Parts: sequence; C-alpha cells; structure tokens
Amino acid sequence: MVTSTRPVGPLVIDIENITKDYVMGEETVHALRGVSLQIHKTEYIAIMGPSGSGKSTLMNMLGCLDTPTSGRYEFNGKNVAEMNDDELAAIRNREIGFVFQTFNLLPRSTSLRNVELPLIYAGIDPDTREEMATHVLHEVGLGDRMNHKPNELSGGQRQRVAVARALVNKPSIILADEPTGNLDSKTGEEIMALFEDLYQRGNTIILVTHERDIAVHARRTVHLRDGLIETDHAGFIPELDLVALERP
Amino acid sequence: MQFKEILKMALSSLGANKLRAALTMVGITIGVFSIILVMTAIGALQNSIETGISFLGSNVFQFAKYPVNIDAGGANVKKKYQNRRNISYQQAQRYYELMQGNASEICLKCFGRDLKGQAVYNGLKTPPSLTVVGTNRGFLTANAFTLGYGRNLNDEDVALARNVAVIGKGIEKRLFPHESPLGKVLRMTGHTYTVVGVLAEKGTSFGESQDDFFLMPITRFFENYGEANRTVNIATQPFSTELYNRTLDKGISAMRIARGLKADQDNDFEIYTNDSLKSAFLNVAGVVSIGAFVISFIALVAAGIGIMNIMLVSVTERTKEIGVRKSIGARSRDILRQFLAEAVFISEAGGILGIILGVVGGDLLALWLKVDVIFPYGWAIAGLIVCSAIGIGFGFYPAYRAAALDPIEALRYE
Repeated sequence: MVTSTRPVGPLVIDIENITKDYVMGEETVHALRGVSLQIHKTEYIAIMGPSGSGKSTLMNMLGCLDTPTSGRYEFNGKNVAEMNDDELAAIRNREIGFVFQTFNLLPRSTSLRNVELPLIYAGIDPDTREEMATHVLHEVGLGDRMNHKPNELSGGQRQRVAVARALVNKPSIILADEPTGNLDSKTGEEIMALFEDLYQRGNTIILVTHERDIAVHARRTVHLRDGLIETDHAGFIPELDLVALERP
Repeated sequence: MQFKEILKMALSSLGANKLRAALTMVGITIGVFSIILVMTAIGALQNSIETGISFLGSNVFQFAKYPVNIDAGGANVKKKYQNRRNISYQQAQRYYELMQGNASEICLKCFGRDLKGQAVYNGLKTPPSLTVVGTNRGFLTANAFTLGYGRNLNDEDVALARNVAVIGKGIEKRLFPHESPLGKVLRMTGHTYTVVGVLAEKGTSFGESQDDFFLMPITRFFENYGEANRTVNIATQPFSTELYNRTLDKGISAMRIARGLKADQDNDFEIYTNDSLKSAFLNVAGVVSIGAFVISFIALVAAGIGIMNIMLVSVTERTKEIGVRKSIGARSRDILRQFLAEAVFISEAGGILGIILGVVGGDLLALWLKVDVIFPYGWAIAGLIVCSAIGIGFGFYPAYRAAALDPIEALRYE
C-alpha cells in the first residue's frame, strides 16, 4: 500500500514490520504493532494520528532516539535496529535534524552558538563551524539575530533558529514534531513556508502533527491508528483525516 | 569533543548560577587554604632553619631543667618536669669550675620570666615585657647575639655583682631616642642599672622580639630578684667543631657531678643542641601538620559532598537540556564529560583560590616570623591533584546520572 508522489531520491528510511513494546508494570503496551514505511530522499511527508496511535513512538524510532523491539530499520542502508547508543548518537548528529514543538534551544546560548551545537558534537573545527552556522542562519532569515539569545527572540524566530540548527549538519532528513504547535497561526504559516522552501531546495522533511492545516503542506500523508499504518497516500485527503483525528 | 569546548560549556553552565557555583567553591577553598597555609608557614620556617637559622650560637649545647616543647607532652609530662629540681646557681658554678679549660665559653643564664621587666629613663618607659636575664659574658656567644656598641658584661661585673646592664636595641630606641645610653642610669623593676653596652639589632624570631633583652650580671640578678624558684640554664661552647662531641660528653659528666647524681641515676636535666632544637621544632611542626591535614580532610570531604549535591540538583534542572543535547547527537560520554568538567572546574577553581590565599597567608606569617617566604610547589601541586580527584570523585555519580538519561524521557521532562 506504499505509494509515493515522486520517489525521486534514493531510499533513506526503510522500515519493515517494526514493533515496539513498553513494559509498564505488569502490562505490556504495544505502541507499534508492525509498521512498514519507506521514505525516499527529497520527500515531504506528514505523519498523522490521534494521541495513542503510536505517532510519537514512530517519530522517536525514525529519529533514532529509540530502537524497535522487533523488525528491520535501515537508515541509508545501515541497520539501525542493532546499533548501540554511540552509533545512534552519531546518526542523530549527522543524518537527522530535529525540530521540536517547544523549540528546545539552550536558553543561555546565542542563536549562533545554538546552531553550532551539533557541529561541536560532530567535532568540526571552530572556524568552519562558525561559517556553517552563519550560513544557515542567513538561510532561515536570521542573519541579523545571530548574537541574540532565545529570550530576545520571538517564537517564530526561535523556531527558525531551531530549524537552522536542524539544517546545519546537512542531514538526510529533517524531523519536525508539531513545529507550529507553540506558534500563532500566522507565525505557523511562516514556518510552514520555510519548510516548503527547504523542500523545494531538495531537503527531506518528515512532519509529525495532528493538525490538518499543517499536514496539508506535505506531499504524502501517513495515518497511524493503534500502532498500525492506516493509510499512506500521496497528497492529503481531508475526509479521511476527519476520521483519523477523532479523539479516542 | 575538544577539551576547549567541554570547558566552554562547563563555564557557560556555571556562569548561569554564579552564586551557587561560588558557594560550592568556598568549601574547597577553605579546605585547601588551611593545609596550604600551615604547610607554607612550616615550610618557610623549616627552610630557614635548614639554611642556617640557629637557636643557639654555633656548636653550642645547653643544659636546662625543661625540655623545649614542654607544652606538647600534656599535663602529666609537664608535671614531671615541674617536679624536677631546679638547676641552682651553686650547681651551675660548680659546672663552670669543672669545665674550665674544656670550653671556650660557658654561659650561665637565668631568665626572669616572672618579672614583667619595665625599664624607665627620664620619663620614658618600655612596655612591661622585657626579657630580663641574669648572665655572664658568655651570653652573646651562646645565643648568637652580637654587641652593637659599648662593652659586654665581664667577669668582674659578675664577681662584684655590679649594677650594670647590656640592653637590647629595642630598649635603646625607646628610652634613648636622642642620646647615647652608655653610662646612663635607668630604673628597671625597682632597681637602678648603669648601661654599659647595647646589643646589635636581631629582629624577631618565632614571633618573639629578640631586641627587648635586658642583660645584667647573674649575681646582681639573684641579689635583686632572689634565687628561690629559679633555675639556671647553662650554655657551653667547645673550642672547635671537632671537639664538640668530646666536650658534650665532658659537659654531661660535669653536669652530673654538679647535680650530685649517682652512677645509676638518670640525667635530671635536658640537653639542648641546635640539632635537638631543630628536631623539637620539627616534632611540633609535625603535630601542627597532622592537625591541618585532619581539618583539611574534613573540610574537603564536606565540600565534595556539597559539589555532589549541587551537581545532582543541576542534572535534574537540566534534564531537558540533556535531552536536547542527546537528540542533536551528543553521546553519553559527551554529557558525562560536560558534567564532570563542571564539577572539576568548581573544585579546581576553589582549590586554586585556596592555594593562593594559603600561600599568601603562610608567607605573611613567615614575614612576621622574619623568615624568607617560599612557594610550596609540592603542596600546591598536591592540592591541585587532590582537587581534581574530589571533582572527579564526587562529580562522577551526578555526571553518570546525566549521561545515562534516556533521551526520550529527558526531552519530555518539564
């Protein structure tokens, strides 16, 4: 049932039948019950689903913050499911750019320093680092806010810093978790325009959201329900989303 | 990750809580300060002793009733020595006679510690804290003093119990600011004396002024202040270094005869030599060092626990930050190093401050005691190593907790 608008790039994410169980006391929660998903380079995909659908678990899995209980997960041809913590950290550092709902910037560091952070962990020398960070900050339109700290920036600007931080390592995918959730709708639209721009420039974007208004920007939509993929299709079909978004 | 980056991160995190970091640091500073202060002062004294300060004149040995560091032994020991017979002037004289021809100088001296000596001349007074000594011409040699001007006490002064005095530089400065004291008659604690000589300036030794000496013939001393409850110290200088041991043996024999000891009785007097005084000093220094060690150790352990506590708080407060760092690629060991660096930084900064204050304090003491200042490299380095160990030791558990956090849980933390 996997269909994709334009599988133009090589395969980045190849998930086959992964499950994830959490043991909570005596009970075992099956967060994912066998999900298969393939994402190619330069795709723009929205992952939707009500809470409890396994959306967050899948996102953590895609973001290499967690490993599946069973199943196969290959990232750029490398088997993630069997990686140790350090290898996962390296993948997160070089291949994945996170954008969070709450921005998650370091409050005491300037925009520049925040954007430099992934490069520091990548072991890149200070001069190159500054150059790269400055470049992406210009790209997201914050060339004049590089030495501002998060509390001196508006919500939209903070999210732009976060996007710049996600972009700076030239990752294979950008993984955005409700990126507009803490923004007013106008600013949210600006951020979505930024994502559109990034998409047009060839970035791969995975958007995790429960908002249809946001999900419509993606070129492919995956609906999750009860730990399984319900639908996976090109574009956005509002009628189905109404069903998918009903709160349990 | 580069060391520089780790340090930068640690500094920036600590900078956010300057007061907290500073207070945590103070504990370490106190611990390091106390040990470095004591070690600097003791080191300076030891240094000056080893490089030539002499308690007694060169080659001189001395017999006395009390040992040097009587206070170090506790009440029982003190009592034992208090019950010992005084060395009377008669015994001392007997010794003097027995040793004639065997030593270049024999100094008999009796300190009037109880006298609160206060000299008065022409309306001017000294403080009532002069060191009054009844002695003979040997005093200068035996105690490493030199005569400034005028003359020393001589045998005739002693034989005739003359009312003459040789005074220290400090007394001269106070009582005779504009004139020569020679030939002047001053009053000292109820009696009059003619000044015949002034000692050269000697300064302070172990915090006690050496320029407030008031020397008079020992015979005059006993006549004016009585002989009861007084004990005479006897210092002897051999003819040469080669004859030192032989003279010391003879001296002990003569002393035993003078004291009327039988063959099976132990010596009931103490023998002071420069070596014995040095080792006595080193004993005291050792006790003080151990005390400083104990205080430092307790302070450092307490400070270490303080560091651990603050780091645990910090880890909890910064759970979210740790999650963010992990999500963008920080490995567990990067987090571990970052938190460890903070703990070590607090500890080292406190340690360095403690070392600086300790060295400055110790050297101020050294200056006050009129000995050369030193920088105790060994102790300073040891201090830094100990501080690193404390930082790592007490910082490890919090840092480990931080590193072991699950990135998903940490990101979710509010």
